[in-house]
Amino acid sequence: MPEQDKLSAIFAYLQTSPITGLALTLGIYCLAMSLFAKSRYHPLLNPVVVSVITIITVLVITGTSYEQYFAGGGIIHFLLGPATVALAIPLYQQLPRIKQLWLPIVITLFSSVVISGLSAVGLSVYLGASFSTQMSLAPKSVTAPVAMGISEILGGIPSLTAALTVATGLIGALIGTKVFSLLNLKDDAVKGIALGLTSHGIGSARAFQLSHEMGAFAGLAMALATFTTAFLLPWLLSAVGIL
Amino acid sequence: MDFIIGFTVLLIFQIIGEILVIVFQLPVSGPVAGMILLFIGLLIRGRVDTHISAAVTPILSHLSLLFVPAGVGIMLHYQLLVNEWLAIIVTLILTTILMLFSTGFIMNVCSTRLKRDK
Repeated sequence: MPEQDKLSAIFAYLQTSPITGLALTLGIYCLAMSLFAKSRYHPLLNPVVVSVITIITVLVITGTSYEQYFAGGGIIHFLLGPATVALAIPLYQQLPRIKQLWLPIVITLFSSVVISGLSAVGLSVYLGASFSTQMSLAPKSVTAPVAMGISEILGGIPSLTAALTVATGLIGALIGTKVFSLLNLKDDAVKGIALGLTSHGIGSARAFQLSHEMGAFAGLAMALATFTTAFLLPWLLSAVGIL
Repeated sequence: MDFIIGFTVLLIFQIIGEILVIVFQLPVSGPVAGMILLFIGLLIRGRVDTHISAAVTPILSHLSLLFVPAGVGIMLHYQLLVNEWLAIIVTLILTTILMLFSTGFIMNVCSTRLKRDK
């Protein structure tokens, strides 16, 4: 086999095999994590943001499509399912505190679903976004797989919603602790609820970095918001005449 | 071995969740239904078995890794982002700040009032 053919065979293998997307995601995430640790956990160097930007850059430079990347990336994406199921464990471990705080949690939950949906749609209408963008933004505070389903029902673009959901999660994870210190919040349960309601799984991941209790409450808030938003949001948007 | 048993338990709860979502046409995802089922299961069992925590601890400590592939998906919407980037970015940032403030504030007021009443 001539050298040229060998090279193109290697390139063809790398572009079609799931191993590339998988190794790329894991490798870049490891580098992003060590950068994050070296910067003493500077919020602007959030490992998800750094990884996403770096991977997109690599894909664009090498002319690889998202579908080709997702052959491998999808293996990691798949683990979101069992990870969501796993959130039942910290939830169970925090049961005594949850029992104690159930009423504030329910009040905050219902206000947050209304505030989240109406503010996202209202502000994007005001700023002149198209209808499908408005509807893609509406469910952005709930976990990506569910948000995609809600977006489809509303008339949004599910894959755009997935990206906007991740962005919302990241913004919340980046600025959460700043907002909490402005509000002078002390209780990890309160912070966890706010992070989970605003930034779903990414907020929970951030909360787990800060404390186990905060993570458990964020996981709880995420689960409750998912259910409540899925039931309430389509009804709410048609009640105010947007849908 | 503990990890494998625990991971299988997670997958089984997810599968049951997915089936219930289809059967009862629930508006949530299968994993969320699975999480609620596992929570109920733990309430009945009354403790967390070691094989479950062996699987759960490594997964939850690297939760943020799992969002990377979905985040890369933003590259699919390059054109739409070019056209509507300002409305999208401003909406994302302002509403997320609003959400953090309002949920943190409401939760804080309600929980401190609850403590005072007791």
